[in-house]
Amino acid sequence: MIDLLSQLAAWLTSSGQWAGPEGIAQRLLEHVQYSFLSTIVAALIALPIGLFIGHTGRGAFFAINISGFGRALPTVGVVTLVFLASGLSMTPVYVSLIALAIPVIVTNTYAGMIAIEADTKDAARGMGMTGLQSLWRVEIPLAAPLIMTGLRLAAVQVISTATIAAYVSFGGLGRYIFDGLAQRDLTQVLGGAVLVAGLAVTVDLILAGVNRVLFRHRLT
Amino acid sequence: MQNGKVVSMIRFDSVSKRFPNGTTAVDDLSVEFSEGGITVLVGSSGCGKTTTLRMINRLVDPTAGTITLGGRDVRDLPAARLRRGIGYVIQQAGLFPHRTVLDNIATVPTLLGWGRRKARARAAELLEVVGLPADAGKRYPNQLSGGQQQRVGVARALAADPPVLLMDEPFGAVDPVVRALLQDELIRLQAELRKTIVFVTHDIDEAVRLGDQIAIFRTGGHMVQCAPPAELLARPADDFVAGFLGSERGLKLLSLVTLAGVPYEPVGSVRSTATVKEARDAAAGRWLLVVSPDGGPAGWLDTGALEGLPGTSAVAGLALAPARGLRDSDSLLSALNETVSSPAGVAVRVDAAGVVTGVTGQDVLHARQRSLT
Ligand SMILES: Nc1ncnc2c1ncn2[C@@H]1O[C@H](COP(=O)(O)OP(=O)(O)OP(=O)(O)O)[C@@H](O)[C@H]1O
Ligand SMILES: [Mg+2]
Repeated sequence: MIDLLSQLAAWLTSSGQWAGPEGIAQRLLEHVQYSFLSTIVAALIALPIGLFIGHTGRGAFFAINISGFGRALPTVGVVTLVFLASGLSMTPVYVSLIALAIPVIVTNTYAGMIAIEADTKDAARGMGMTGLQSLWRVEIPLAAPLIMTGLRLAAVQVISTATIAAYVSFGGLGRYIFDGLAQRDLTQVLGGAVLVAGLAVTVDLILAGVNRVLFRHRLT
Repeated sequence: MQNGKVVSMIRFDSVSKRFPNGTTAVDDLSVEFSEGGITVLVGSSGCGKTTTLRMINRLVDPTAGTITLGGRDVRDLPAARLRRGIGYVIQQAGLFPHRTVLDNIATVPTLLGWGRRKARARAAELLEVVGLPADAGKRYPNQLSGGQQQRVGVARALAADPPVLLMDEPFGAVDPVVRALLQDELIRLQAELRKTIVFVTHDIDEAVRLGDQIAIFRTGGHMVQCAPPAELLARPADDFVAGFLGSERGLKLLSLVTLAGVPYEPVGSVRSTATVKEARDAAAGRWLLVVSPDGGPAGWLDTGALEGLPGTSAVAGLALAPARGLRDSDSLLSALNETVSSPAGVAVRVDAAGVVTGVTGQDVLHARQRSLT
């Protein structure tokens, strides 16, 4: 056990391991790139849906149940399915990561929108705001903390799951896990897992910090 | 605009509202709310007051009938435009929690495109108008007390200086002391601003205090009576209205009706500089009114106390029972009160300058009271 830990420490800190096209730095960059792109695209799809449902109240059933759907979705299954349909490319990876991120963003956006007091929205209309003005000036700012939480949860989930890129022989930190498994190299598997976990925790903390700074005035 | 002059009278013509679930919230309402006055809508819960109010700024659309504002159908303008010209205050204020107090107040001016600087300057001005300290402007609504939030709500409604103000139980969520304070402020503001105000409340005392006109609603969305408070108290249309006005209806009426037009009779009096002999000569009964040099009542002198005093000694310095001078703007109730508490059994009347004009006895006041109903 102690042995394994010291090997892991050596693996993680060796400068040779970090450098080069197969090095940790490169894999980390790839991993961040896949995750970032997937989260952004998911947000571009999910935010309008969540905002629309929250603003109009239409389709609430969808917003509530999609999160259960997201949890039940077998990611590796989706990758395999899209992989079979589209051939060897990053597309199946992106499709499944995006599909994974959308529900949590929709659900949190919707939750943020319906948590706004009816009186507040009523006042916005009564003051003479149009639907869009009320959305931009009142509803989105008020829902923002929960919208940010949704993005944060999505980002963390995507980072943990982006290891599957390696499953269809692409890069990212998953490489170490899949390669390590194939080579029965436990140190490498563990190293990859620690890096993924570290990245997820770091991003989570950064986004939580951003949230706190942005909404420090809110004591609702 | 009509004839170049802003007319802000609100008129309902056979207006009904039936919600999709079958509830009739307002039933065939025809009424006029006078320009520059406060109309109070009262009635028990669920009788359609809020719905009536919200049909004016089209937050609710009537299912039948028309509503006109200054002669124009409210449907003539796009709803958002219409609402920017009508102040709207709701219970709990409905302030925007993510905006500072100043930005909350500047909402409508900003929507009207005044520009940030001008809108904020106006908002700062309104803080003072509604009696809030200038530093409240930088705070967020949740950093204010309930009463202060209501003031911000009123300021926000007044920001673009709309001729019409709709207020839905604006003081319903604050304690009675603060409520009385806010009512006073509204009366003070209204004396200056002369807005056409429609005010919803559950509280009949608030209605009597604030209303130039009171409309009483009954469950099912019927308006039972709409009249000035004194007329309502004096001649309730039916038992429902009488019941709603409460058992102290007579007392409320007395506190509302003034002494204007109530006759008085001359009263024998002496100046406070007079001698005891002069006082003896002027006395008609046991109590003699002493008048101070400025013409106001100084007090009642017990002529029994003059016995044995030398005629040349002064009246000044003798014990007097208090006498309060009542102006024409004072209420019948305060006059009746004075006839009971003064030893002479009459109320002293004074003119606008406070100079004694005469006295009125209980019989005359009672006659006036009877003439009301
Ligand atoms: N959106 C709606 N859909 C269906 N029914 C409604 C709606 N809004 C109000 N009602 C019903 O219409 C009736 C009148 O409601 P309204 O809010 O005008 O009453 P109110 O006099 O303001 O009552 P309160 O004093 O409790 O505020 C009530 O029976 C209410 O339940
Ligand atoms: Mg109501």
